[in-house]
Amino acid sequence: MAYKSRKEQIRKAFLTSLPVMAGYVILGIGFGILLAEKGYGVLWAFAMSLFVYAGSLQYAGVSMIESGVSLITCAMTSIMINARHLFYSISMIDKYKGSGKYKPYLIFSLTDETYSLLSDGSVPEGCAPSFYRFMVSLFNHSYWVAGSVMGSLLAEALPFSAKGIEFSMTALFVSSFSEQWYTSKDHTSALCGLVSSFLCLMIFGADDFLIPSMALIMLEMMILAGRRK
Amino acid sequence: MNRAALLIAVMALCTVALRALPFLFMPEKKETPELIVFLGEHLPPAMIAMLCVYCLRSTDLKGPSHGIPELISVIAVCLLQKWKHSSLISVGGGTLLYMILIRILL
Repeated sequence: MAYKSRKEQIRKAFLTSLPVMAGYVILGIGFGILLAEKGYGVLWAFAMSLFVYAGSLQYAGVSMIESGVSLITCAMTSIMINARHLFYSISMIDKYKGSGKYKPYLIFSLTDETYSLLSDGSVPEGCAPSFYRFMVSLFNHSYWVAGSVMGSLLAEALPFSAKGIEFSMTALFVSSFSEQWYTSKDHTSALCGLVSSFLCLMIFGADDFLIPSMALIMLEMMILAGRRK
Repeated sequence: MNRAALLIAVMALCTVALRALPFLFMPEKKETPELIVFLGEHLPPAMIAMLCVYCLRSTDLKGPSHGIPELISVIAVCLLQKWKHSSLISVGGGTLLYMILIRILL
């Protein structure tokens, strides 16, 4: 199969990544401001967004840096907050096969948002899967880094009239959820995820429901997989 | 400052370890086990559902707007997605609607 030109593939990847742009820039700015207020300037924001590249952990990280927690506490917190990434990777093992030189970066940059763009495995016509996924991941990463740097530089000078734009992250996940819903006949796993996490939210509360939700979803997946055999 | 750099390094290492671990256990050459193929197919909708709940977890139903902007905007995103199948339109439209609603209803 003949692929389109590199430029055309990059354009396609850019279009796919656009819905993430607003959210990442805004959340990045928020993070940059927060970090700058604790006395860590633009280089810190840049380095952290470049190397850690995990939104919610970086927000939590600001307070960990401020209070100077132990390395063990920091590691535990990081693992707890980001445990869900294990599951993203598990579900991408097959799709990322054969990505060659792009694979390490694809794995490193598999954030919530990148996952929601790429997890259904589809690739626009005429795009080489691994190159296209690499470009989508790279665009997202660059929005995040750019936002953090901007936030750090602007710090307090920013007029925060953009209140509510953080909803774009919610909207992004809702749109990929509904797209998967409309395009598939079997809604079992979507419902499993929805009901389990809602149930866990009711039982464990907003701060502690992620880990139990993941455990419950995994249990249900095992049961579903077993029943299929 | 050195402490901060160390903490950032720990965060970065833990995050990349979590992302890489499943791939390290499943090298390219090995055929993907049936269970992993199954999870690759069925886990994403469940995980994304969880992320939706996660994003809405702190919606204050007893607050001044009773979570109505969230509810309306989420429905709008679903409808836009059904209509156009473009996440750019549904994310953009839903977010704009939300920003208007919180200004009207608060």
